[in-house]
Amino acid sequence: MKNKFSTIDSCKHWAAEAGPGYPEAVSRWLDHVRDTDTDIKAFAFIDTEKVKERASLNVGAGRGERLRGVPIGIKNNICVRGALTTCCSEMLREFRPVYDAHVVERLEREGALIVEGLNMDEFAFGSSCETSSFGYTRNPWDISRIPGGSSGGAAAAVASGSIPASLGSDTGGSIRQPAAMCGVVGLKPTYGRVSRYGLIAFASSLDQIGPITRNVSDSALMLEIISGYDKRDSTSVDLEVGKFTENLDRDIKGLRMGVPEEYFTGGISPGVRSRVEEAISVMEGLGAEVTRVSLPHTRYAVSCYYVVGPAEASSNLARFDGAHYGYRSGKPGDTTDMYFNSRDEGFGDESKRRVLLGTYSLSSGYYGKYYLKAQKVRTRITEDFLAAFEKCDCLVTPTTPTTAFGIGEKTRDPLEMYMSDVFTSPANLAGIPAISLPCGTAENDMPVGLQLMAAPFREDTLIKAAHAFERNTEHHKRYPLSGKDPGGQDVEG
Amino acid sequence: MIERTSDKKITRDTVRYVADLARISLGEEETDIFREHLEQILKYVEQLEEVDTENVIPTTHVLSSMKNIFREDIPAPSISPEEALSNAPDKADGFFKVPRVIKER
Repeated sequence: MKNKFSTIDSCKHWAAEAGPGYPEAVSRWLDHVRDTDTDIKAFAFIDTEKVKERASLNVGAGRGERLRGVPIGIKNNICVRGALTTCCSEMLREFRPVYDAHVVERLEREGALIVEGLNMDEFAFGSSCETSSFGYTRNPWDISRIPGGSSGGAAAAVASGSIPASLGSDTGGSIRQPAAMCGVVGLKPTYGRVSRYGLIAFASSLDQIGPITRNVSDSALMLEIISGYDKRDSTSVDLEVGKFTENLDRDIKGLRMGVPEEYFTGGISPGVRSRVEEAISVMEGLGAEVTRVSLPHTRYAVSCYYVVGPAEASSNLARFDGAHYGYRSGKPGDTTDMYFNSRDEGFGDESKRRVLLGTYSLSSGYYGKYYLKAQKVRTRITEDFLAAFEKCDCLVTPTTPTTAFGIGEKTRDPLEMYMSDVFTSPANLAGIPAISLPCGTAENDMPVGLQLMAAPFREDTLIKAAHAFERNTEHHKRYPLSGKDPGGQDVEG
Repeated sequence: MIERTSDKKITRDTVRYVADLARISLGEEETDIFREHLEQILKYVEQLEEVDTENVIPTTHVLSSMKNIFREDIPAPSISPEEALSNAPDKADGFFKVPRVIKER
């Protein structure tokens, strides 16, 4: 339901009106989140004392203004100094980082109130938020359904009206897929645009941090704040960051939009297809030049992703040995036993599955057949995109083949779950930026996401096109009914 | 070395071998489930073989314009020993403490 916490602007207004009473207002906001989140469980946990302490330090401090007093949710795989950063895994259930992630520093510099603890699939391995060690998050549009994943908590918290914006991470669709399924806006920046310093790594050549927001202008603002070079991430790109908010309110006459036929076949549901086709007509009506294009290697993206991703994950998760940080098994034995038992007891099923898969594809005799082959196919997928961007400024597709599925519906069949990433993983493999925004509802009256993809570092094009669509449609004004309205006396001031 | 009787069959021994490499102990039931899943997933990803990758350079960095990043080797402050040990499951005298590595004779 719409409330004063729905957008960054209304939240800033709320904080400014509170003035010196800001800490008390934050206390009441925390009560609102507790009520709203009872059914949704977007937060794996909230350390209310810590948030209140930060709120009291935020009063009158000489910091930036662009997010002054605005609560921003943080997915639980992004390090917040001294706060539980668990990746929603038993392995890290007591882990408290000794430093802040780069993006957290950037948000705090702008006066944001950091609220960590958003639920996620364990180590971001999943498309439904069901592999979290804290239990699953529910979709605010229908609590019998999943919110998408892995940043399911980050999307559900925004959709339910708890918080105006959050940061997630996207390795194969983990920002865009839950944003689509929860009817909000999710943006995956170009690989290297945002520093990954302080993001607990899943697949280092694919991971990017990005915002989930209620609307496109908030997305542009968040991206503007978190983007930019950081020497602590060697893959961070030293390139001038444009003012993304200046791409709002532009018209899209003559913008060349490509529609790749491969994204409208296979498992796509009739409702999703109709909504996206309608959206393309809207774009055309706004003056965009729509052309058909082909990305012939799209059908190999899931295979490629599920070789490259787990291979890198198995390497990144090798650090969890029970010795330096994280869970250690209490079983007796020598150091080797400690490794085996800690990893057996600390990792959940999906983490084990990916580590085993990745280890297999990197093992002697199989490296060439799987990993190297996948990296070559990845080059082909990237070439498809670069060829398409010779002919068009951006691509328009569905974000997901279906609307949100039921809780438990796909947990028994890992491969079927992996297929949820079919339209989102190509952008990660190619490193290009992509955004998902609401374009109506389809099957079971659940939200549909429209995905736009652009050439590397052309987030400006994404924002221009997405904002043009948003301002000429009403889809973003539809809110889920669950979540209580805090507009009354409960949260005044 | 993994046995290669058939490319499409994953045996329980293969799963045990991979789990050993990954330092994860698996129960019998888990071994069976993961065997089935690995076989199913690997069978699916074998479609990659359809793609002609003759003379294709494998992706090593997604944005090929990027070069190696070097910095000057200048000492700078890092985290303190106390901070480094703050998440240790066990520690003693400023060190990480682990079970005995060398067997008693």
